[in-house]
Amino acid sequence: MSMPKCLGIFPAAAFFLLPCICGAQGPNLGRPLTPEEIKKVDITVVPDGRGLPSGSGSVSAGAAVYAKTCQSCHGSQGAGKPQDQLTGGLGTLASGKPVKTPASYWPVATTLFDYIRRAMPITSPQSLTNDEVYAVTAYILSIDGIVPADTVLDAKSLPRVKMPNKDGFVTWWPKPPR
Amino acid sequence: MGVVMGDVEANSDSKLREEIVAGNGLLNRRTLLRGALLSAGIAAAGTAIVDAQENVGADAPEWMKTPGRPFSAYGTPSKWQEKVQRIFTLGPGRAGTGVSRTPLHLMEGTITPGGLHFERHHNGVPDIDPSRHELFIHGMVKRPLAFSLDAMMRYPMETRIYFVECAGNSGAYGAPQPAQITAGELNGLISCSEWTGVRLSTLLAEAGVNKEAKWVIAEGGDAAAMSRSIPLQKCMDDAMVALYQNGEAIRPEQGFPMRLLLPGFEGNMNVKWLRRLNVIDEPVDARDETSHYTELMPGGKARQFMFAMSAKSAILKPSFGMNMKGAGLYEISGLAWSGAGRISKVEISADAGKTWALAALTAPVLPKALTRFRLPWQWDGRPSTLMSRATDEVGGTQPTRASWVAEYAPGQGYHNNGIQSWGVGADGTVKNVYA
Repeated sequence: MSMPKCLGIFPAAAFFLLPCICGAQGPNLGRPLTPEEIKKVDITVVPDGRGLPSGSGSVSAGAAVYAKTCQSCHGSQGAGKPQDQLTGGLGTLASGKPVKTPASYWPVATTLFDYIRRAMPITSPQSLTNDEVYAVTAYILSIDGIVPADTVLDAKSLPRVKMPNKDGFVTWWPKPPR
Repeated sequence: MGVVMGDVEANSDSKLREEIVAGNGLLNRRTLLRGALLSAGIAAAGTAIVDAQENVGADAPEWMKTPGRPFSAYGTPSKWQEKVQRIFTLGPGRAGTGVSRTPLHLMEGTITPGGLHFERHHNGVPDIDPSRHELFIHGMVKRPLAFSLDAMMRYPMETRIYFVECAGNSGAYGAPQPAQITAGELNGLISCSEWTGVRLSTLLAEAGVNKEAKWVIAEGGDAAAMSRSIPLQKCMDDAMVALYQNGEAIRPEQGFPMRLLLPGFEGNMNVKWLRRLNVIDEPVDARDETSHYTELMPGGKARQFMFAMSAKSAILKPSFGMNMKGAGLYEISGLAWSGAGRISKVEISADAGKTWALAALTAPVLPKALTRFRLPWQWDGRPSTLMSRATDEVGGTQPTRASWVAEYAPGQGYHNNGIQSWGVGADGTVKNVYA
């Protein structure tokens, strides 16, 4: 990935060589970013927990957030309608009538936190506090018993939640399995 | 349906028979080019002499007898083309999440006009002020950088023609019964544009990617902050940060002011309104690479990261909703594409797959772009089943619909590239059939 060392010495040659190696050489007009600037926008969450913010939320606090913010679209206890079903469907994937929900299908719990934080609620995304996102994640997972009713989720406990379908995915990249 | 090529009754049957290359009247793809069916000698037209007292406008249409309308700042299609619109399931004007499709069956050639490019939004189209938009590149890099649109404009650019296809395109083809919908409704989650922009590898090289990096998490600046994990390998290969679409700034629906373009990869990964690239060592299992855009198989396991779109084709003329006006010579025409490279051949069958004939491919045949194919067909007026089968330069080809369906759990709709069939009835109607 790094540019060949000869580029500094033979800039003219580099112009012709680079398209084959890593595209054309740019004019270096990127503005250097400070760690503070990155911190403000970096909402990436990795399944191992990297990127999770401080804060925490309980199942009971999440039930209140859910009732106020989520239920009108996702139904009582995540049953769905008019929007996606968030609960149930466990054990249906091989049944011929698969029901894909976070509980039945999603391999890691961090996805739920990440998606709610970046995209929900749909009418005012990114409006929930980190505590509220932890809480509503805990609540949704508790409905199917994936976490116990007294659970408090935070940056340490969320990545440790075992999703029922954690081994359900087979990677097709860089090539399908043999 | 407006594709009748001419009357061949005057030609001898033997001439026609020589041109047949496959069952049920498929003709050699060069037949029309050579004019093999034309009868020799065309009578010279008589010369009319207009009376000196007559003005020539007497029989001219009104648009030749008054000046036309003024120039316009931004042209729009003819009012006679008002039916050529994006196709909605839920009706235009809805924000939120959903799609609109390209009306492929009402179009020709290979390039999609900006206003007809299919849409897939996860929470509406953001109205981004380009002066306040920057692309951040950070994570496992030596120099985290922000690129404004102004800065990006000064980079060396390249212009290439690529399709973008939603992974869910042709999903209805997995339904148990054939849906009686147009070719655009069935296949219109694909469009093809000339894209101009900056090679992503150029920007990543300036940021200096660390050795442990293997993936790049791309994030859009929309109200869903749509996010996907992209293999670094693709980012360093042919990925582009596209700024222009068919010669004008990218349309808001396509990611203005900038979008990620990953040639041949499923549409969802081509993140629009691109605002952040986080260089990282593993994929993040984003919602749109777990909950969606994964392919459940019959045993309950799901394929993840099946990125490239496979070889595929669709006959657009004739197709559902068109009426063939009696036996005669027709041109079969459609589109083929592959996310793996160039289309190497498209075969057509007029007898439900018993025999196949090579279609003519319209040059240029470009990798990861739409390719137009054509084949003359002498339809005898009897019920017929038309199929097309594309093969790409790496040998990828389309499976039968039945074998595609068998690969996946019931109701799955991503990456459907099964061979499609149109049934032509004796009355000239065209229906979607499973054959």
